[in-house]
Amino acid sequence: MDRMPAWADAVLVPLFSIVLAAIISALVILAIGESPVEAFKLMVDGALMKSSGWGYTLYYATNFIFTGLCVAVAFHARMFNIGGEGQAMIGGLGVALACLFIPWPHWTVALVGAMAAGALFGAGWALIPAYLQAKRGSHIVITTIMFNFIAAAVLNYVLVNLLRPPRAMDPATATFPPATHLPTFQQMFSTAETPLFRGSPANVTFFLAVAACIGVWFLIWRTRLGYEIRAFGHSETAARYAGISSVRITVIAMLLSGALAGCMALNTTMGEAERLVMNATEGAGFIGIAVALMGRSHPVGVFLAALLFGFLYQGGAELALWTNIPRELITVIQALVILFTGALDNMVRMPLERLFLSFRKGGQA
Amino acid sequence: MAPDDREETMTQPAIELKGISKAFGPVQANRDISIRVMPGTIHGIIGENGAGKSTLMSILYGFYKADAGEIFINGKKTEIPDSQAAIAAGIGMVFQHFKLVQNFTVLENVILGAEEGQLLKTSLSKARGVLKQLAEDYALRVDPDALIENLSVGHQQRVEILKALYRQADILILDEPTGVLTPAEADHLFRILEGLRDQGKTIILITHKLREIMEITDTVSVMRRGEMTATVKTSETSPEELAELMVGRKVLLHVDKKPAQPGKPVLEIENLRHVDSWGVERLKGISLSVRAGEILGIAGVSGNGQSELLHVLGGMTTATGTIRVNGQEIDLTGQHSDGQSRRARGIAHVPEDRHHEGLILPYTAWENLVFGYHRDPAIQKGWLMDNAGIKAEAAKKMERFDVRPPNPNLAARNFSGGNQQKIVLAREIERDPDILLVGQPTRGVDIGAIEFIHKEIIRLRDKGKAILLVSVELDEILSLSDRIAVMFDGRIMGERLPAETDQTELGLLMAGVTEKPDKPLIEAVDEQLKAKAQREARNNV
Repeated sequence: MDRMPAWADAVLVPLFSIVLAAIISALVILAIGESPVEAFKLMVDGALMKSSGWGYTLYYATNFIFTGLCVAVAFHARMFNIGGEGQAMIGGLGVALACLFIPWPHWTVALVGAMAAGALFGAGWALIPAYLQAKRGSHIVITTIMFNFIAAAVLNYVLVNLLRPPRAMDPATATFPPATHLPTFQQMFSTAETPLFRGSPANVTFFLAVAACIGVWFLIWRTRLGYEIRAFGHSETAARYAGISSVRITVIAMLLSGALAGCMALNTTMGEAERLVMNATEGAGFIGIAVALMGRSHPVGVFLAALLFGFLYQGGAELALWTNIPRELITVIQALVILFTGALDNMVRMPLERLFLSFRKGGQA
Repeated sequence: MAPDDREETMTQPAIELKGISKAFGPVQANRDISIRVMPGTIHGIIGENGAGKSTLMSILYGFYKADAGEIFINGKKTEIPDSQAAIAAGIGMVFQHFKLVQNFTVLENVILGAEEGQLLKTSLSKARGVLKQLAEDYALRVDPDALIENLSVGHQQRVEILKALYRQADILILDEPTGVLTPAEADHLFRILEGLRDQGKTIILITHKLREIMEITDTVSVMRRGEMTATVKTSETSPEELAELMVGRKVLLHVDKKPAQPGKPVLEIENLRHVDSWGVERLKGISLSVRAGEILGIAGVSGNGQSELLHVLGGMTTATGTIRVNGQEIDLTGQHSDGQSRRARGIAHVPEDRHHEGLILPYTAWENLVFGYHRDPAIQKGWLMDNAGIKAEAAKKMERFDVRPPNPNLAARNFSGGNQQKIVLAREIERDPDILLVGQPTRGVDIGAIEFIHKEIIRLRDKGKAILLVSVELDEILSLSDRIAVMFDGRIMGERLPAETDQTELGLLMAGVTEKPDKPLIEAVDEQLKAKAQREARNNV
């Protein structure tokens, strides 16, 4: 065998990458005259040591799970879907329309209906680049990037000119009817004596995200469609040999990807804001790329990576609140994590692989 | 060591390698290799794919740096950090894939990298003189003003040799030089090499073909798994012994088979034409028929349309013309022209390129063993694939085809070439097809597995199936086929029965020469191949 074991590849490599990113971040914090230990403590305290912190961490994580899965599914068919951001925006439009214009009797029904609408809109937004790639060979990276801008412009137009309530000043829809209100963690887990998750936006959508992880796992590894998607992703010529249609796989994988991105809007738009605002996605579509890279496009990996990025987001907000460390530094830390886990993957993997193999050689001798 | 060690102490070896080792990560490509190549000899290096032959030569030519070991050229210890140093030491290399500028003339290619002075004219006129001399000395005739793209592959190879000689190489390394040549061209190359040897040049010939070793070398070294297992005088060995040294056990080199008992035609092809995505016509009206219980072998140098023929038959690309399977016409362009439809018609396909077509390398063996048949309702359980059932079935197939290790959970990329091919064969043959398409069944496959694969193909034939075999190895075509069709430039040049033909006749057909020429064979072959090269060059414009 000339490889290190799969568990080392899946666990040790990302772990080492994170540690490296943390060390360099610490140096940066040191350089601007703050204490990295204090900063780290503050981040952990703010994001993980109290339930309201967790409420934020999990709220962000929910977004990243959806967008991470979105990128991961496309990755399995060897497509780089950079358009998660735009697909999530348009998905938000679908969610908003479903919530505003259909009189739902109960939040459970509303959630199912809004999910269908969000997924449909997100998938629809991914369909055009997918079709162009499959039939005309227009590169999916280019088209999905462009579609992010188009999505923002469309949303802008729709919010300002069509959905904005009369006399309202900000580009946002009216607040959704109460029947569409999703239970928050605070409502679900607090008792009279022990209030939990107070004021935090985490809501029932988180469980939907977990279910999506399980669903994607089944789809990719247990179904015939997943088998074909992965085969197509590994080798297009082999797929042609097997009679797997490249058009069909490209379109289906992108539809699934877009639908997952669209579902993210359930969390931000239906769960948190309860109306559609201009910048509801907050870049989560792009973070999804890093999450999928770091999570090796595996749902478990995506889940863990989404938690990490949720922690970075929430911890970062705390830092900005309590220290002189500027909010931009959090972006630097996130960028470092992306750099090490994504771009510099081999820098960590190769020495680690060598180490493993020399151990094994030593063991045999 | 050879018994004539004492004689050899009189002359210095042209090349001596001592204790060369090279590892790529965990893979030990060369392990403690020592070899002495005497001047004025043709020294063969034989070994299976991945035995480390090419790595060793790349070290000698300065492409790789050895982890350990020393190189002596003419008795002098020499460091070869790059190819410049190798050239300075008098080493020239002819690669498997030529390194020529297509739209330069022969002369321009020869001086490329060896220009002298600021003006090209001086180098060019000097090279013209040298080339003329070389042509006279070694019968290495090439038109110095021809564009490379207008030359046949055999002539391009001569340009590569000329390039090395122009740089005053005394030691010439050729890496699998006959892979792209017709037999007549290969013969001619060997005459050139003999001429070079007789003039005192030292030649190292890397190959995996036993016949070439026996035909032309003086000494042969055998490599296996990165180690040099033996160096023997060619006159004192036999193909059987060399094969045993290469594989590590006794192998049967010829194929045992009973005469075919062909039935009715199962696969009928009429006037099949295919134009590729560049607009070049690759199949120019192919008509063939394969009967039940027979193997039709398609001989030809690679790149003459055989791959396209397999792709069309296997549903990987479209074509015009007619194909009938068991008397029924099949769709060549529409909805039902894909691989799935072909399988439904009983056509199984062992593709030429198992790494990119036949297998998904990161997939496990069991996943690969249903690849292409994964839509079979028998292996579905509701919405999901019946993974447990597929795995159990896979384990059985692997046992029957002696795939090693017999572990269905191992990724395909972790199997050796021979075992990968057995996985593909097991998948296609065990489906009990009416027609089996087989492309290059033993390319990159170890000799031990070749024996097994040939037996399985013949076993399927004896069950009354129609088999279309495409191979660039003429030996394989001759020993397996019941009927041989020769392809050249997208056409069938003729059909022959193996008992009534030989390498020479087939070799001429492979070069497009259909009538007994009234001039030397090599000239007739050259003429045809040159015409083909020029047609293609025109197409590429």
